[in-house]
Amino acid sequence: MGNLEKRKFSVREIRQDFPALRQQVYGKNLIYFDNGATSQKPQFVLDAINQYYSKDNANIHRGVHHLSQKATTEFEAARTTIQHYLNAAKKEEIIFTKGTTDGINLVASSFGELLSAGDEIIISAMEHHSNIVPWQLLCERKKTLLKVIPINQKGELDMLAYEALLSPKTKLVAVTHISNTLGTINPIDEIIQKAHHFGAKVLIDGAQSIQHTRIDVQELNCDFFVFSGHKVFGPTGIGVLYGKEALLNEMPPYQGGGDMIAKVTFEKTTYNELPFKFEAGTPHIAGGICLGKALAYFHQFDLKEIEKYERDLAEYAQDLLSTFEEVTIIGTAKEKTSVVSFHVNGIHPFDIGTLLDKQGIAVRTGHHCTQPLMDFYKIPGTIRASFAFYNTKEEIDTFIAAVDKSIMMLK
Amino acid sequence: MMTIQEKQAEIVADFAIYDDWMEKYEYIIELGKDLPLIDPAKKTSDRLIEGCQSQVWLDAAIVGDKIRFTADSDAIITKGIIGLLIRVFDNETPENIAKSDVHFIQEIGLQEHLSPTRSNGLASMVKKIKLLALSALS
Ligand SMILES: Cc1ncc(COP(=O)(O)O)c(C=O)c1O
Repeated sequence: MGNLEKRKFSVREIRQDFPALRQQVYGKNLIYFDNGATSQKPQFVLDAINQYYSKDNANIHRGVHHLSQKATTEFEAARTTIQHYLNAAKKEEIIFTKGTTDGINLVASSFGELLSAGDEIIISAMEHHSNIVPWQLLCERKKTLLKVIPINQKGELDMLAYEALLSPKTKLVAVTHISNTLGTINPIDEIIQKAHHFGAKVLIDGAQSIQHTRIDVQELNCDFFVFSGHKVFGPTGIGVLYGKEALLNEMPPYQGGGDMIAKVTFEKTTYNELPFKFEAGTPHIAGGICLGKALAYFHQFDLKEIEKYERDLAEYAQDLLSTFEEVTIIGTAKEKTSVVSFHVNGIHPFDIGTLLDKQGIAVRTGHHCTQPLMDFYKIPGTIRASFAFYNTKEEIDTFIAAVDKSIMMLK
Repeated sequence: MMTIQEKQAEIVADFAIYDDWMEKYEYIIELGKDLPLIDPAKKTSDRLIEGCQSQVWLDAAIVGDKIRFTADSDAIITKGIIGLLIRVFDNETPENIAKSDVHFIQEIGLQEHLSPTRSNGLASMVKKIKLLALSALS
């Protein structure tokens, strides 16, 4: 994905690419501010899904016939697209998974096999449940220990505490690049360097960063990077685990089945090489191909321009929300992406969310699968507006008026 | 006295005058605000129906041959809908409750609040009311 001429960023044109944005709910034009949960899909990806199932559908890696070879070629081409997108050194380092959760469970299971009792794993206080529970399960299985990097009131990692947690016992640091609840962008460069100093490996949860910032896994030097296709304009049920080749080779397979074997006998089975060793069974072929298309679509744009546009949207929303006396913004880190979480004093987030919904606005309310974080802030949940590059300031104006109306009704 | 069936019909009629969603919710919020508070001493974990979004506390007491319900929630809209459920089920015999069919929620378009995936405790609350009635019968 070299230096092709980038498509000029025009929000009006981009909105035309996303049919889901052109609909009404409860008689109001839909305003979709739940991009942190999942993104909408461009027509380009929808067409690719349709094309695959109507013309190219076949099982891959096993057929001699034309369609099977075509599907295999497309699926492997998607792997190459993803490799280039992440700037991974080799396409064998790109493993297709079901999503972020699946990727983390794969690492917890297979890399976890290499750990012994007393080894330590570090996560942070702002992790999604999917980057907490797999490690807890591993700790039960292997008697390893889980350590948690604390955060400050603004929602930033306490980097001094992180350093204090690191030791030769640390075998893995698993942290989110961007917090789905707070929007905090974590200093992963520094986290990775410091972990490597102690010989620990690092897994970056990129579920919330892949759709907002440029990722270069070689420059970052992370050992694992996971993300979900559905949050970056691709289909659900498909995701990616990037892992360094040597490390993936060291790890035992995750699941057994077709595609992941070299030779099977009842006495001894040998495993296929990377990436297939970690892809047992028929994969989500359409998903893989169309995730490739989604990244190709997104790659038309200059990410720097998009990042700036999205941050402007979030700042605009945050400034307007801050004018409400009753509103507290949850997550005020210096480095933040386009997520605005807030709490209205004396009003339950569920009530605001329900009234916004009836005004055509989709936001997420609740604990966002980060219950420990809600305990830290001593609130039952937040209302979260998360923006994508197809959102506009006009939509934010409508949203602010709807928040105002909701608060008036609930007070 | 009205039957459970008649009480449901009355609620459906009450809601028929609102044609706008926000008006319906304005009414539900009023109901929520009017619902008598549950005695704080009764907000115990055995009365708690935990939901992912909001929580519900339900207390039941047998008075004569009837069951009396009081309930509460930390979210006002949930509380408003609780108010409607209480209006239907409170001061009824276990028998009537056990054989009743809750259809008014569907008819006034609030079924999303009762879907188990909504996990705000309301679906479990209806189930619990029925179970309480059944256990009072046996
Ligand atoms: C930071 C973070 N990690 C992990 C996940 C889990 O992603 P998925 O449900 O697609 O596996 C999410 C999704 O909400 C997330 O925001």
